[in-house]
Amino acid sequence: MKHGIELDGVTRMVNGEPHLADIHLKLEPGSFNVLLGRTGAGKTSLLRLMAGLDRPTSGAIRVDGVEVTGVDVRRRNVAMVYQQFVNYPSLTVYENIASPLRLSGRLGPKELDRRVRETAAALRLEPFLDRLPAELSGGQQQRTAMARALVKDASLLLLDEPLANLDYKLREELRAEIRQLFRDRPAVVVYATTEPTEALLLGGRTAVLDEGRLLQVGPTLDVYHAPATERVGQVFSDPQMNLLDVEVTEEGTEARLSPEVSFPPAEHLRGLEPGRYRLGLRAHHLRLEPRSPEDVRIPVRVEVEEVSGSETLVHATHDGIALTAQVEGVRSHPYGAELELFMSPSRCFVFSPEGRLVAAPPFTPEESLHGQD
Amino acid sequence: MARIELRGIAHAYQAAPRSEEDFALRPLELVWEDGGAYALLGPSGCGKTTLLNIISGLLQPTRGQVLIDGADVTAAPPQARNIAQVFQFPVIYDTMTVFENLAFPLRNRGVDRAEIQARVEEVAALLELTGDLRLRASGLSADLRQRISLGRGLVRKDVAAILLDEPLTVIDPHVKWLLRRKLKQVHEQLKVTLVYVTHDQVEALTLADRVVVMNGGRVVQVGTPQELVERPLDTFVGYFIGSPGMNLLPCIVEDGAVMVEGQRIPLDADVCARARTAGGELRLGIRPEFLRRVAEGSPQALRVEVTQVEHLGRHKLATTRLGEQSLKVRLPEEERLSAGESCWLELPPRWTMLYAGGRAIT
Repeated sequence: MKHGIELDGVTRMVNGEPHLADIHLKLEPGSFNVLLGRTGAGKTSLLRLMAGLDRPTSGAIRVDGVEVTGVDVRRRNVAMVYQQFVNYPSLTVYENIASPLRLSGRLGPKELDRRVRETAAALRLEPFLDRLPAELSGGQQQRTAMARALVKDASLLLLDEPLANLDYKLREELRAEIRQLFRDRPAVVVYATTEPTEALLLGGRTAVLDEGRLLQVGPTLDVYHAPATERVGQVFSDPQMNLLDVEVTEEGTEARLSPEVSFPPAEHLRGLEPGRYRLGLRAHHLRLEPRSPEDVRIPVRVEVEEVSGSETLVHATHDGIALTAQVEGVRSHPYGAELELFMSPSRCFVFSPEGRLVAAPPFTPEESLHGQD
Repeated sequence: MARIELRGIAHAYQAAPRSEEDFALRPLELVWEDGGAYALLGPSGCGKTTLLNIISGLLQPTRGQVLIDGADVTAAPPQARNIAQVFQFPVIYDTMTVFENLAFPLRNRGVDRAEIQARVEEVAALLELTGDLRLRASGLSADLRQRISLGRGLVRKDVAAILLDEPLTVIDPHVKWLLRRKLKQVHEQLKVTLVYVTHDQVEALTLADRVVVMNGGRVVQVGTPQELVERPLDTFVGYFIGSPGMNLLPCIVEDGAVMVEGQRIPLDADVCARARTAGGELRLGIRPEFLRRVAEGSPQALRVEVTQVEHLGRHKLATTRLGEQSLKVRLPEEERLSAGESCWLELPPRWTMLYAGGRAIT
């Protein structure tokens, strides 16, 4: 593949409802692309169009500059991995991996054996080649499904939430492997997920999909650090992004959150026109202790806390505004406890009332080197 | 409300277990205090569902006794135990309304109309179902259905305990925390004994006052969320809780100090002394978030080579090399570090554990 894959104004209607609306997307050969969106955003619909399993209602899909809209899936060089582990139950792991090669019938027995063993080794499946899928753990079954997708050297590799059905420990291990496996492949890889952390870990480029629309496309860290809209910020935050309505006063010297809390708009917030804005603040930038003299104190009442490893999510309210803070350590404040949270204005995104990004905290380009494109 | 006691419980699925290996659940003693919130946490196949089914009466244990408030109920069927169970997939009647679903367990027991009305309204208010009582259950969202399922368990006044088996599996990730909050509030208000089975550490650590961690049919640690994070007594707990889990480094004890890859690591003298007589392989354990990056050449700091840095948004995760060992370090997002550099790490003694044969030396 030389020119990659291009979606040009692709729309898909199902029973008169738009599942995908006017998608423009260009994916380079050898690129790793994350398709990030919540359940129901249209990720699977989009992957199915790329795979040729469904036809767009309008628009064109071009592979290497040649229009393939409507070309049968068997004539495209595509592999797909699903959320459910799809393997042939009556075939051994070896035969499962070999099956795509046998179907194409292009390889001699020696070359086929070499390819199967090489792929099995990359996915650490060598000890299980003689087993049936039912004799494997969930993680091993999904590895087998991935090996089947990888073995045939498809030019387009689509993964639809492949880790969603696994225990989180297995997910952790497989995630790290996936990145290694897909590095240095000439294929276009598209990986659909609902999880922001997964997108960050996988790197590459991220396309944010929401309600059938493509909201933003770019290097993963750029999208994370500069979400074009409030909605992108929400989709690319876990836990959810705090959204605070503030009023910047006539003189532009004060931003008011509530009758109790106001602060001077410093740093990248300086120079905002007076009026209403919505501040977006990721949960880990809301803390239990101030980090600098500029930090704004917000009195809150605790609703509930969630503990994960050595971090705690504190869900609380201030003047009817729901806030979530992600703090270090295992905490336990009872329901209704009164606390103070500290927010650093220098970490806030500023959105217009319509949800467009007005200002973002600066981030150093050094960090975007991580993107593997 | 009830106190549940498990005495010498063990279970084998074979009719005639020959060796210890045949037991899905190894002999264990556990007490669930009245009104406590417990989680049973472990990977699939660890025996947690087996244990839950023994408590509810769906399964007769091969050995041991189940006591509820002191009474032996080992042979009693589930319906005689006043235990409510909530499963992975909501168990509700699609043809009934939400009200009828909630009322069903009471109608079955011949409770009078007025009391049914009062109880259903009370439970519906608690679970924020009041506005949905007249709706038909079919076609409702998964989280609503699971709340109804929970409501059916709560509606009986005499319910001794609620057992929940991975109840959030089918719930959309973005709604999960709302349901967790609801569950926590319900427990805080009703103080009913709660046993929550999950493989998800967030659910376990969030909901439970005490977490029972299981692996390979054994209980490996019972502790508060804080204890499990800060002082894992078993290497499995160190690995399973936390993301990524604890760093575990093979080590030796020499001249009253721990040596990893020829480097000296200061640790409590008593622990070192006990390590000399403990059996099994010695490993040093420290969580990625407890390692401290310090200035170059700090005394007692380890020099490591950075092999990879991952940007995870709220923090960075560095993979480093110490001789032949790999060590993961979690750093604040503003920290500057890249692959190929060296950096110096300190292992605060407070967060550094020593394990012999997988068990902590304390």
